[in-house]
Amino acid sequence: MASRDRPGRLDRPALTGVLVREVVNFGSYWRASTFSSTVEPTIYLLAFGFGFGSLVSSVNGLDYVQFVGTGTVATAVLFSSVFPAMFGTFVKREFQRTYDAILAAPVDTEEIVTAEALWIAARAGVFGCAPMLVAIAFGLDPALGMLLVPFIAFIAGFGWASFGILISAVIKSIDNFSYVTSTVITPLFLVAGTFFPISGLPEWARILANVNPLYHCVQLVREAIFGLGWVDLYHLGFMVAFGLIAWRCAIWRMEKRLVN
Amino acid sequence: MSAISLRRVVKRYGDVTAVDGLDLTVPTGTCVGLLGPNGAGKSTTMRLLTAQAIADEGSIEILGFTLPQESKAARAQMGVVPQLDNLDTTLTVEQNLLVFTHLYRVGRAERRGAIDRALDIANLQDRRGARVDELSGGMRRRLLIARALVHEPRLVLLDEPTVGLDPQVRQELWALIDRLRSEGASILMSTHYIEEAERLADTVVVVSHGRHVAVGRPSDLVVEHAGREALEVYGPPARLREVEAAARGRGWPTRRTGTSVTILRAEGLEGEVPEGERRPASLEDVFVLLTGEEIS
Repeated sequence: MASRDRPGRLDRPALTGVLVREVVNFGSYWRASTFSSTVEPTIYLLAFGFGFGSLVSSVNGLDYVQFVGTGTVATAVLFSSVFPAMFGTFVKREFQRTYDAILAAPVDTEEIVTAEALWIAARAGVFGCAPMLVAIAFGLDPALGMLLVPFIAFIAGFGWASFGILISAVIKSIDNFSYVTSTVITPLFLVAGTFFPISGLPEWARILANVNPLYHCVQLVREAIFGLGWVDLYHLGFMVAFGLIAWRCAIWRMEKRLVN
Repeated sequence: MSAISLRRVVKRYGDVTAVDGLDLTVPTGTCVGLLGPNGAGKSTTMRLLTAQAIADEGSIEILGFTLPQESKAARAQMGVVPQLDNLDTTLTVEQNLLVFTHLYRVGRAERRGAIDRALDIANLQDRRGARVDELSGGMRRRLLIARALVHEPRLVLLDEPTVGLDPQVRQELWALIDRLRSEGASILMSTHYIEEAERLADTVVVVSHGRHVAVGRPSDLVVEHAGREALEVYGPPARLREVEAAARGRGWPTRRTGTSVTILRAEGLEGEVPEGERRPASLEDVFVLLTGEEIS
C-alpha cells in the first residue's frame, strides 16, 4: 500500500538531489567556469588598477589598488552568478530538458530554483575572493575582515543567481539575453562604486546606485576589510532583501514556465 | 486499487483542448498501452501524470495519491521514461544513474546496489565508465529506461519508448519492457506503433482528439471492431474508388491503405464479393477505423 508520509515543501532530499546533479556535472566543466569567473574580474582589476592607478593615487582615503581590488570582488560575484544562472537554467530548461527529468522525480520547481541558486551562490562565494587575492599580491594589506568576504559573496551571489534565473524564466529566446545584459547588467556593473566612487556622480545616478544591490555588496566588502560600521547593517539588509525577493520571483516565474 | 485512475480529465491550452474528458485506468501489475495518432493528447496525458501539467477538470489518482496535491509522494514511487532524451551527456553512464539515486531518494547504503541493478537491466555493465555522448542511440535509450528504475518504482511511465529507433533496437527494448512487466511493475506506455501496443500491452486504450475511443485487450478490440478477417482489394485508383463505393453501398466497413481498399469483417460478406486477398484482421484496422488516421 502507498505509504502516507508526504514529502513537504523545500525538503532536504530534493534539494540534495538537485545539488548532487550540479556538483557531479561541475566535474566536467569546472575548468572553463573557474577560468572565466576569476580571470575576467582580475583583468578588470589589473587594467583599472594600472590604468587609473597611474592617474589617481587615492580615492576616499584608499590607495586606488585597494579601492578597485575590493570593488572587483563584487564584479566577480556578479559575473560568476548572474550569467551562469541566466544561461545555465535556460539551456537546462529549453535545450537539455533537464528540468523535465528532475520534475518527474519527487522534486518541485521551488526546490530546483532554490538548489540552483544555492549552488551558484556557493561558487560565487569562492570565485569572489579571486580579485581580492590578486590585489593582495599588488599591495592590498591582508585583514581579518577578509574572512567575511566569502560569506558576503555568498549572500550577494544568491541574489544575483536568483535574479538570473528570473530573467531566464521570463525571456522567450536565448538571444534576448543580450538586451538584459546591455540595459540592466552592464549599467548595474558600472554604477556600483567599483571603479570610481559614486559620490562624484550626478544626483540621479547616486540614487540609482543606492538601489543597485551590487553597490551594497561593494560597500560591504570594502568596509569588511577596512572597518565595519552601523551603516553596513543597512547594506547587508538590502542585499538580503534583494536575494529573498529575487528568489521568490524566480520560483514564481519558473513555475509558470515549467508547470502548465 | 488501480495504479492509475483518470476520470473525465480535461486539459485546455487556450482554445485547444488537448485532453477532452479522458478516462484511463491502469490496473495494478498490468501494462496499459495508450495508443493514438500524433496530437491525440498522449504527451499531455503523460505530463498530467507527473503534475507538470495541471488538469482543468476531472480527477487523477496515482498509487492512491490524489493529484496534483500529492503528486510528489506519487512521483517518489514511479519512474518516468521521457520521449526526449534528457540524459546528462557529458557525464558517464554511472554518474547519470548516481544522480538519479539521489533524486529518487535511494538510501546511502542501497545506492551502489541500485546502480549495479540498473546497469544490469540496461545491459550496460561494461559501459559504466563511458560518457553518454559516446553511446549509441540504443544504449542511450536503455540507459534512459534504467535511470527511471533505480528506486524500483511500483509504476513506470513510458512515453513513446521506441520512437525513432531502428527495428533491432526496438526489439531489444521490447524485451526489456517485457521483463519489467513480468517482474510485476504497473506500466503505462504511450505509443503510436501498433505492433508495440499489440506485443506489450495487456490492455490498449485507443485515444483520439484527447478522448478514449476504445478500451480492451488487443485481440478483443480486433474482433469487436474489425471482425476476424479483412479482405484487401488491390487495383488502380479508379478501381479502388469503385470498390469502395460498392462496399459502402452495401454497408460494409472499409478503410484505405494507400495501395488497396480493405473490407473489414470479411468473414461474413454475402453476395458478390470482389477479388482480393484475405488476411486476419489486425489492431491497425481497428486503429484506423476508430481514429480515422493512417499511421506507420
